[in-house]
Amino acid sequence: MALLEITNLTVEFATVTGSLRAVDGINLSVDEREILAIVGESGSGKSVAMLALMGLLPWTAKVSADSMLFDGKDLLGMNDKQRRKIIGKDISMIFQEPMTSLNPCFTVGYQITEVLCQHFGGKRRSYNNRAIELLNQVGIPAAESRLNSYPHQLSGGMCQRVMIAMMIACQPKLLIADEPTTALDVTIQAQILELLIELQKSHGMALVLITHDMAVVAETAERVVVLYAGQQVEQRKAKKLFENPKHPYSEALLNALPERAQDKLLNAIPGVVPGQMDRPQGCLFSPRCSYAQEVCRQEPPMLKDGILCHFPLSQPKAISVESE
Amino acid sequence: MNLSAVSSKSTLNQQLKEFWFYFSVSKTAVAGLVFLVLVVFVALFADVISPHEPAEQYRQFAKLPPAWKEGGQMQFFLGTDYAGRDMLSRIIHGSRLSLLAGAIVVVLSLSVGVFLGLVAGYRGGWLETIIMRVMDTIMAVPGLLLALVMVAILGPGLLNAMVAIAITYTPYFVRLTRASTLSELNRDYVTASKMTGASSTRLMFVSILPNCMAPVIVQGTLSFSTAILDTAALGFLGMGAQAPTPEWGTLIAENRDLILNAPWTVTFPGIAILLAVLAINLVGDGLRDALDPKLKRS
Amino acid sequence: MSVQLIKARDLHKYYSIKSGYLQPSKNLKALAGAGFDLYAGKTLAVVGESGCGKSTLARLLTMIEKPTSGQLSIDGIDVAITTDKSIKKQLRQSIQMVFQDPFGSLNPRQKIGNIIQEPLTINTNLSTNERHQKVLEMMELVGLRKEHFQRYPHMFSGGQRQRVAIARALILKPKVVVLDEPVSALDVSIQAQVINLLIELQQELGLAYVFISHDLSVVRHIADEILVMYLGKPVEQGPSEVIFNNPKHPYTQALLSATPSTNINIKRQRIKLTGELPSPINPPTGCAFNPRCQHAHKSCKISEPIMETYGESQAACLALDEGRI
Repeated sequence: MALLEITNLTVEFATVTGSLRAVDGINLSVDEREILAIVGESGSGKSVAMLALMGLLPWTAKVSADSMLFDGKDLLGMNDKQRRKIIGKDISMIFQEPMTSLNPCFTVGYQITEVLCQHFGGKRRSYNNRAIELLNQVGIPAAESRLNSYPHQLSGGMCQRVMIAMMIACQPKLLIADEPTTALDVTIQAQILELLIELQKSHGMALVLITHDMAVVAETAERVVVLYAGQQVEQRKAKKLFENPKHPYSEALLNALPERAQDKLLNAIPGVVPGQMDRPQGCLFSPRCSYAQEVCRQEPPMLKDGILCHFPLSQPKAISVESE
Repeated sequence: MNLSAVSSKSTLNQQLKEFWFYFSVSKTAVAGLVFLVLVVFVALFADVISPHEPAEQYRQFAKLPPAWKEGGQMQFFLGTDYAGRDMLSRIIHGSRLSLLAGAIVVVLSLSVGVFLGLVAGYRGGWLETIIMRVMDTIMAVPGLLLALVMVAILGPGLLNAMVAIAITYTPYFVRLTRASTLSELNRDYVTASKMTGASSTRLMFVSILPNCMAPVIVQGTLSFSTAILDTAALGFLGMGAQAPTPEWGTLIAENRDLILNAPWTVTFPGIAILLAVLAINLVGDGLRDALDPKLKRS
Repeated sequence: MSVQLIKARDLHKYYSIKSGYLQPSKNLKALAGAGFDLYAGKTLAVVGESGCGKSTLARLLTMIEKPTSGQLSIDGIDVAITTDKSIKKQLRQSIQMVFQDPFGSLNPRQKIGNIIQEPLTINTNLSTNERHQKVLEMMELVGLRKEHFQRYPHMFSGGQRQRVAIARALILKPKVVVLDEPVSALDVSIQAQVINLLIELQQELGLAYVFISHDLSVVRHIADEILVMYLGKPVEQGPSEVIFNNPKHPYTQALLSATPSTNINIKRQRIKLTGELPSPINPPTGCAFNPRCQHAHKSCKISEPIMETYGESQAACLALDEGRI
């Protein structure tokens, strides 16, 4: 049985100009100890989907799904109190901006021990040793003295490590990382990704990595879900996706990368992601798809083997990266 | 060269629609707005609406209770005061003065305050220090006391009261604007304008000022209500509008002795003040929620 | 033969930081000795991580700030010496900048048309109609529609906002454009569009670019020359192909190996850098990179390396000097 099972998740926001469908019927399943990457650009709904799972969306959002099961428990039907028992303990999430994810008014030690206190009860001071152990696990030097540091005294990379320490404190079964390295420098990014993979293995967690960076996905994920405009367009094993993308969007996204350019100009995808007002009648990607045919523009495609396309690619024109 | 671009009218419409969407979320704010509109309407058409002249004395009907009480008459719906003047008419005309007082105070303090705040935030250095210390000094003295002192110097009267109160409100606008200016100063768009050679004046008034206005507008709205209260307070102390001007605070002052015998003469002006101030505060709250970009959820 | 547009030699920029009333102020060395040549139609990429001084360099080049020491001449005019206001004005028009954050670099209370128009309003005597005409032409050049003139920035996506920023930078017809991480905040597909736009504009208008970025895959595609910086100092410099195929400085090697790639068939030798980026207020003694360098030696903690030429590129590394690598 999968650890996380979401079917037909839809999230709509009430806005000035009507209802905005940020997530449109996506299905996700994550097994224990698996690394799943959710890839998409702005407007793909990747963050919104996970925030919906955690119950962290604002009042203007309307969440509906056929089922949202975590470890057999139904998340949809839960009230806030029951949900709080799971969120932070069995499911944790780390965010993009490490400097603003930590509370600037409290020390690092306070914030870590608070999490432990919330879920396991007891006095906060009794968790100090555990906090030091966690800081060591995430590779923060001089952990004991760091307990009394405030977030503004730490660099971006260190803050993200503290964040990770907080989130693995309760030994979660599932860790969701929402663009954890986008705001960090390249060398620090490499360190943090490596840390996440290491922790995933040693703690036996499932890891869901949300990102727009295909290169990061290529190097870390086992399975990939590609989202476009709130819909799920492809779901494959990572290796297969990068060798042989089956959805035109996945192929176009890979070809648009600078490392796959063949001459001076990049292979840009023309047009923009459809917004609220200009959603096409048929396939959402059809206005920008180089393979689009009449039926693509008229009718929305059905999901076939995890690919949302009328004509999945069998012989893609994916450009391979030149070997050095 | 004609600009066949989308007319600026439609972008304005779009903005108003968006503003109303966020503002109307708060039902109390909308209620406050409705009442405020009513007060403005009453103030504008006071001459037409009010049943009697506010200064006209009906000696034989002095100290008449409100119409629904025993002894009251329909033609003097809210009763009359010690000189036989109709309370309802006086309150209606008083709304004009209160709204005027609020408006003038806010306009004065806002314009001077925003200008000083901009200059202080942008220039920094000794100019900023001087401006801020002067403002700190003004703020250190209790508002009403300072206003009393100023009125004592300038002489009693509604206009002097308004100037005095405006001076006590200026520091708040200076602080707000200076804070906004300091945070906007480091933004890329200011640097971009500087790079293209924008002068200091242009940077201050064209680039930075429009971005400081949101908290200033909210503060302005709330100051409006406080100004009405303070004007009434000064009027009550006899240092603001002088009798027979039907300013609400002055109404309470001149009927002070009748508080036990004819309580309606002080109650109704008091209720008028309360409702007006409440309405403005509710609108101010709604405005703050609507204008605060962080609270926008969509 | 291309015209030389920028000549920079040994640029330094120090800031004085007060650390309390009673303590003497410390010197923050934001930039310590950068130099390069830039020719028309060419792109110089400045690469590095936080604290490397690339933003400071951008501010010096666009004359927002003056260098503490060093030479800088733009379009043949020595920036430090000139005091003549009209020449300064002309200089300002020769070099413009596109900022990183498409959300923050446009005034949220101004319409797009006015934002693009502002440089013309300030610097020229054109009539309103003439200005509007130029703005509309520029908007078309960068791929915006006429209707966009009357709209506000928040109505646009990140990619479109960057187009507006590019339009504003180009309206005065500069010769050099400094681009500070222009596509870092954009999605991959939009990134590709904006990069293509920049390449096309460069070809059409003969612009020179100073392209500041930490994204090496983009840099590799667009740059002719590369300048790698670490903690305010240049560590390696040279033609793009040479640097990417044969990086000499340990930091450059580490940077290249840390950059992920979608080519999963190549197993890269990952150089793992330990430790955090140092703070410019308390830099390490000797070579700034020595605490994290795998080739560090005793001498690296004592003396600062100087840029030396090795083949077609230059690098500042004691290990290279001493033949250890």
